[in-house]
Amino acid sequence: MSINILMPALSPTMTEGKLAKWHVAVGDAVKAGQVICEIETDKATMEVEAVDEGKIGQLVVAEGTEGVKVNAVIAVLLEDGEKDVPKVAAAPAAAAPATATAATPVAAARPTPAPALPPAAVSSGTRLFASPLAKRIAADKGIDLSRLKGSGPNGRIVKADVEGAKPGAAPVATPTAAPAPRPAAPAAQPVFVAPGDSRLPHSAVRKVIARRMLESKQTVPHFYLTVELEIDALLAARQAINAVAEKKGAKVSVNDMVIKACAKALRDHPECNASWTEDEMIRYGAVDISVAVATDRGLITPIVRNADMKGLAQIATEMKDLAARAKTGKLKLDEFQGGGFTISNLGMFGVQSFAAIINPPQAMILAVGAGEERAVVRKGQMVVRTMMSCTLAVDHRVVDGAMGAQFLQTLRAYVEQPASMLV
Amino acid sequence: MADTSFDIIVVGGGPGGYVAAIRAAQLGLKTAVVEREHMGGICLNWGCIPTKALLRTSEVFSLIKHADAFGLSVKDVSFDAEKIVERSRKVASQLSNGVKGLMKKNKITVFDGAAKLAGVEGGQRKLAVAMDDKSTVALTAKNVILATGARARQLPGLESDGKLVWTYKEAMVPPEFPKSLLVIGSGAIGIEFASFYRTMGAEVTVAEVLDRILPVEDEEVSAFAKRAFEKQGMKILTGATVANLKKAGNKVTATIAAGGKSQEITVDRVISAVGIVGNVENLGLEGTKVKVEKTHIVIDQWGFTGEPNVYAIGDVAGPPWLAHKAMHEGVLVVEKIAGVKGVHPMNSQNIPGCTYCQPQVASIGLTEAAAKANGLQVKVGKFPFIGNGKAIALGEPEGFIKTVFDAKTGELLGAHMIGAEVTELIQGYSVAKTLETTEAELMATVFPHPTLSEMMHESVLAAYGRTLHI
Repeated sequence: MSINILMPALSPTMTEGKLAKWHVAVGDAVKAGQVICEIETDKATMEVEAVDEGKIGQLVVAEGTEGVKVNAVIAVLLEDGEKDVPKVAAAPAAAAPATATAATPVAAARPTPAPALPPAAVSSGTRLFASPLAKRIAADKGIDLSRLKGSGPNGRIVKADVEGAKPGAAPVATPTAAPAPRPAAPAAQPVFVAPGDSRLPHSAVRKVIARRMLESKQTVPHFYLTVELEIDALLAARQAINAVAEKKGAKVSVNDMVIKACAKALRDHPECNASWTEDEMIRYGAVDISVAVATDRGLITPIVRNADMKGLAQIATEMKDLAARAKTGKLKLDEFQGGGFTISNLGMFGVQSFAAIINPPQAMILAVGAGEERAVVRKGQMVVRTMMSCTLAVDHRVVDGAMGAQFLQTLRAYVEQPASMLV
Repeated sequence: MADTSFDIIVVGGGPGGYVAAIRAAQLGLKTAVVEREHMGGICLNWGCIPTKALLRTSEVFSLIKHADAFGLSVKDVSFDAEKIVERSRKVASQLSNGVKGLMKKNKITVFDGAAKLAGVEGGQRKLAVAMDDKSTVALTAKNVILATGARARQLPGLESDGKLVWTYKEAMVPPEFPKSLLVIGSGAIGIEFASFYRTMGAEVTVAEVLDRILPVEDEEVSAFAKRAFEKQGMKILTGATVANLKKAGNKVTATIAAGGKSQEITVDRVISAVGIVGNVENLGLEGTKVKVEKTHIVIDQWGFTGEPNVYAIGDVAGPPWLAHKAMHEGVLVVEKIAGVKGVHPMNSQNIPGCTYCQPQVASIGLTEAAAKANGLQVKVGKFPFIGNGKAIALGEPEGFIKTVFDAKTGELLGAHMIGAEVTELIQGYSVAKTLETTEAELMATVFPHPTLSEMMHESVLAAYGRTLHI
């Protein structure tokens, strides 16, 4: 009997995705566990493996098709001896036959710094049919058109559909400030495209970064605290640690030590390891640190979980693995979704200091600058010390100024007396 | 004997009825039309089409009279009333034959007679048809669509007699053109005849009971039309009630009360154009759930009457009394019956209206006053013909195009036009309204130069203070 291969859900919230690539063709024999295709959502690209073995009888959904509904038939697998099957029409959201489940998502790839997104956001890659008037009213009222069902010709969303809709809460996992509608798309200055300029379609990752960063800047009340940390002791400690750790194959970086220091400081200040929601404050039990990693696809924030409880060698090893897999697009969903605090380090590029945008629903992000020798005054004397500027961006709804300052005081203690983070 | 059992029987072969029948046939339904007079209905035989033929004559006549303005010398211009009417009748009969051809092509059975609902049998509607040849035919159908149309309203004291006091019907086939004429009522029908006869040289007086002519149009359009007609020599009395008509010989004397004064005018002919009444009689509606209010059948948004499997469309089902509204209703009712997916009720705001007087009038959606009365904040744009190159070249510098937008959402609420060829322009705004465009899409649309349609663009720009050519 032929087996229908269905569009898998890559996450509990996924409703549809793009069939990015087929790894098999009609007539190919496949074994259980063999990668058959890649599915892309705005969060990630995942490889899908066959569960059963057989021969590919039909590829129902063409490569590159966007908006394929979860559980729609994407391919038909023939079992031994079967010649052909009645053609299956590509039907969005075809009801899943009870017997059919032949695909499972595996290794994640191409993730984005996106902690759990709501379902509506998932469809952002597909074309939405709405009248200009409906779009404008929706923008004014803060209504997410992708959540509406259109009553116009061919399901087009028209004025009546939007007028009947309630303004949707801003689509964040933890809704931010008030039912205040998201501001209408900013009246952007017109962009003039001259000959020689090029138009590059947005990737799914770029769209998520754009939306989330805009949303953060528009809805999260940021304030910034900057400190200069002296890291000579930290550098010395690092050298000593690495002398030992390298024998075990680990090499601890300054950033790994900053991760550890932040984790310890968060453990000491649980009120800062928290998120704002409309109804209540969520205070996290675990200290999970997201670390911004630049890749050629865009920014990704893999997570070092329970970083306060891990040794530096372990953090270093994990971070090296996470960063490597982030760059090749092989992170699993749970390796970049979540996290309570983010570190963004641009020191390696010689950036002295900068202010970062909070990664919602987190409450803080630490922007770490370059460690560099500077003339500083100690006990009335001008001396040379290795200094590192750190700027903490804070969501004022969660953490007040003094609380943030106290967190930085603690962080300073760990960084400037690195032995303290080891106990 | 022909087949007598159908999926759909349409009672009335006017524009609503025959279009409904064609759509039903397209959907594979076995369809019949019962028509008691002439396929194509009033519209085609005694309304829209033959009047357009007459008005074309008056337009050409008017152009010839102004030939010197175009550098032409024309002498001894005259007309032959009989030939003018003959042309109009030919146009009507050509199209009526066309509709008969369409029925044949779509395998729709046509019964020439008057149909009456005659109960239900075995889940089928029964119809008794009194055929033109005096025989009676019993038909059955799963569904019946009543599309019997309307006729001229007769006011007591102002009844038409077919000789001195006309309705549209007599006005369309005059044995000779009157030298003087009183038109009672200034809706589309009244104004079109007033315009036609004035252009052909008659002394025309229009008496309108409301405070302005073309009362469904935007106030500015009414005011502009009044000035334009008066300039042509038409007399217009508003707030005017015609008390009675005294006939003497070949003349009629009307007593008209207007502005607190009473006056008597004597004319050759009177045209009574005081509205219409629905043809709801002799349809067998008694004892059914079909409700009649003010001579019109009450329907829901799908044309359903409340009586199982009985629908109504077009003039008999209420305003606006426009052929294109009837046609659209015919299609949507049939599609609803056939279970076609994605059928939408008609949005009355998206039905354009056209009046073919000189200057022409066309409009869609809300007037400025209606929009304000609905509590909407509006942005209004207006652009005059005098600012349009094509209008000047045509020698038609009179008129304007007005657009009304919702200031908050940019929705095109309405458009109101008066001037040459505006009846051909209004569809642009109909498309815009149906697609729910805002001012942004209209502004971004490239309108061809030099055309009158550029004024549609300019009017939108004007609503937002961006007009270019004035």
